[in-house]
Amino acid sequence: MQEFLEFFSFADANIRYVTLGSVLLASSSAVVGCFTLLRKRALVGDAVAHAVLPGVCLAFILSGTKNPFILLIGAFVTGWLSLVTIDFITSRSRIKEDTAIGLVLSVFFGIGILLLTSIQHSGNAAQSGLDKFLFGKAASLIGEDLITFSVVAVLLLLVVILFYKELTLLCFDEAYARTIGYPVRALELLLTTLTVFAVVVGIQAVGVVLMAAMLITPAAAARFWTENLKVMLLLAALIGAFSGIAGAYVSYTAPAMPTGPWIVLIVSMIAIFSFALAPGRGWVARLLRQRRNRTQILEENLLKLLYQLGELKQDFYTSRSLSELLERRSIPKGEAISGLQKLKRQGYVKRDHQSWTLTTEGKKRGRRVVRLHRLWELYLTQYLHLAADHVHEDAETIEHIITPELEKRLLEELNYPDLDPHSARIP
Amino acid sequence: MNAFWIILTGSLVATCCSLLGCYLILRRMAMVGDAISHAVLPGIVIAFLLTGSRDSVPMLIGAGLLGVLTTFLIEFFHRYARVQADAAIGVTFTWLFAIGIILISVFAGQVDLDQDCVLYGEIAYVPLDLWITESGLSMGPRTVWTLSITTLLIILFIVLGYKELFLTTFDPAFAAAIGISTSLWYYLLMTAVSLTTVASFESVGAILVVAFLVAPPATAYLLTDNFKVMLVLSVLLGILASVGGYYLAVWLDGSIAGAIATVTGMEFLLAILFSPSRGLLIRRKQLQPV
Repeated sequence: MQEFLEFFSFADANIRYVTLGSVLLASSSAVVGCFTLLRKRALVGDAVAHAVLPGVCLAFILSGTKNPFILLIGAFVTGWLSLVTIDFITSRSRIKEDTAIGLVLSVFFGIGILLLTSIQHSGNAAQSGLDKFLFGKAASLIGEDLITFSVVAVLLLLVVILFYKELTLLCFDEAYARTIGYPVRALELLLTTLTVFAVVVGIQAVGVVLMAAMLITPAAAARFWTENLKVMLLLAALIGAFSGIAGAYVSYTAPAMPTGPWIVLIVSMIAIFSFALAPGRGWVARLLRQRRNRTQILEENLLKLLYQLGELKQDFYTSRSLSELLERRSIPKGEAISGLQKLKRQGYVKRDHQSWTLTTEGKKRGRRVVRLHRLWELYLTQYLHLAADHVHEDAETIEHIITPELEKRLLEELNYPDLDPHSARIP
Repeated sequence: MNAFWIILTGSLVATCCSLLGCYLILRRMAMVGDAISHAVLPGIVIAFLLTGSRDSVPMLIGAGLLGVLTTFLIEFFHRYARVQADAAIGVTFTWLFAIGIILISVFAGQVDLDQDCVLYGEIAYVPLDLWITESGLSMGPRTVWTLSITTLLIILFIVLGYKELFLTTFDPAFAAAIGISTSLWYYLLMTAVSLTTVASFESVGAILVVAFLVAPPATAYLLTDNFKVMLVLSVLLGILASVGGYYLAVWLDGSIAGAIATVTGMEFLLAILFSPSRGLLIRRKQLQPV
C-alpha cells in the first residue's frame, strides 16, 4: 500500500518521467494503430519497427555521434523506406503482402544487426547504448526523452484531429474518397508517416519486437467494445495509457522487471479479455446468442409439432407421448425432453405421466409458427414462382425469424389467404 | 574448419526453413512463420527452467508445443472471436514474446539465455560447443547434429506428405473433397515450422529463421512456375546466402546471422529486377518496339 501511494503521488522525478513517457507513447501509438488496423495493415507496424534499426546504425556511422535527433532522422528514413518497399513489391510483382512484410522485416533487420555488431566490434567507445533500440529502455527514461515524446505525441494527435475526416474515409471507403477528389495517395503517405513517427519514438521505450503490440493490441481491443470510430480512438488511447501506468508501476515495485514487456503483457490481457467477454462482439456473447437461438428454434419446433398433431387429430388438448412427437420429426431424444421441460416451466405445455399437452398459450404460439411457415411457403410460390415442393426447407428457417410487423405485411400482400401451396389451411 | 562448420550450420537451417517457407508463402501465411519464431521464446525458457539445462530434446518439445499453441491461439482469435487475421497474429506473438522476456528477467539468475541471442543468435559459437564421446572422440559441433536430424525429418515429412501438402496448399476444397484433412496437414506443417525454429534458434536466432522462411522461397517464386523447381531453387538460394553471408560477415566483422539475412535480401532484389520471366527491368526491355 505504501508503495502504491508513493508511486501515485508521483513525487519522485524518475517515476514521473517513466510513467508520463509510457502513457504518452502508449496512447499516441494506440491512436495511430486504430487507423492501420482498420486499413487491415496491422502488421506493417512490425515491419517498420524492425526496419528502424539499420537507419539508427547508418546515422551513427555517418555522423559519428549519438545525438538522439540525428539517430531519429536515420530511423525515420529507413522506417519510411521499408513501407515504400513493401508497397513497391506488392504492386510490382506477384509477391503477396504478407510475404513482402516478412521479407522487408527480416532483411532490414538483418542489415541493422550486421551494422550494429560491426560498429560494436569496431571498438568505437561512443557506440555503447545503441542496442537500447533493440529492447527499449522504458525504465531509464529521462527528462530529455520526455520532451521528445510529448512533442511527437501532441503532433500525432493534432494531425489525427486535423485530418480526422480524410483518414476515416481512407480507412472505410477508399474508392469513394478517390471519387470525390481526395488526394488518396497523399493521405496514404500521411498515414504511413504517422505510423513511422509513432514507431520511431516508441521503439526507444519498448524495443523492436514489442513495438508492434503498442500499435495493434489497444486498437484490436477497443474495436470489440464499440462501432463508433471516435469512441474507438478514445478507448484505444485509454487502454494504452492504462497499460503504460500499470507497466511503470510493476517495474517500480519490482525493479528487476522490464517495463516494456509488462506494458505489452497488460495490454494483451486487456485485449484477450475483450475478445472473450466484450458484449456484442465478444466470443462468449456470441456463444450465448447462438445458444439462445438454438433453444428458441427447438421450442418453437416442439410447439409446432404438438399443434400439427392436434390439427391432424382434430383435437388440440389431448396429451401426446414423446414417441408420437418424435415419429413426425426426428429430434434427439434428450434435446426434446429438455426442450419440453423448459416449455413446461414457461407454461406452454402441461405434463401428465409420460405425455405432454398444449396449454392455450402453447397452442397460440404453436399456431403462429405454423401460420408463418405456411404463409412463407405461399409467398415463395406466388411471388418468386418456386415449385411447391421446393419451399418447405426455406420456410423451416424463416418461421423462427419473421417479426409480427413482417407477418402483417405478408398477410396484406397475400390478401389474407386460406390455404397454403400444399392445400393445408393457414390457421 | 570453423568456417566449414558455420557455413554447414547455416546451410542446414536454410534447407529446412526454405522448404517449409515455400508452403507458407503460397498459403499466405508468411507472418504466421514470423509469429511462431518469436512466440517459442516462453517455451524455451520454461523447458530450460524445468530441466535446468540447455539440452536440446526438452527444449525442442517445450518450444514445439508453444509453436503449435501459437497457431491454435491465432486460429482461435480469428475464427471464434472474429479478430481480424493480421491483428490476431500481432496480438498473439507479441504477447507470448513479452511473457518470454518477463520470464527471463524473473529467473535471470537461473536462465543462461540472453535477449540478444534470442533475436540474432550466435552462429559464430557453433564450432566451440563440440560433442565429445566418452572415449574422447570429437564428433563435431552439437548443433550440427541436432540440425542434421531436424533437416532429415523435414525432408522426410515433405517427401512422404508431398501430395497432401501440395493439395492442401493449392486447392484445399479439392483436398477436402478427396478426404485429406486440411486442418491435420495445417497443424503438421505448423509443428514442423515450430521444430525448425527451435532447432535453429540457438545458433541463428529468430530473425534469420524468418529471413530463411520468407526470402529464398519468395525469390524462387519469382524465378519459376514449377513447384518442385521452386522447392529445390529456394534451398540452393538459402545455401548460397549462407556461404555469401559468412564471408560478408567476416569482411565487415559483424553478426553472421545478420549478414546472411542481408544476402537473402540481395538475392531477392536481383530476382525482382532481373528474373528472366518476370524481372522488372527485363520485362521493360521486351516491351520496347523491335
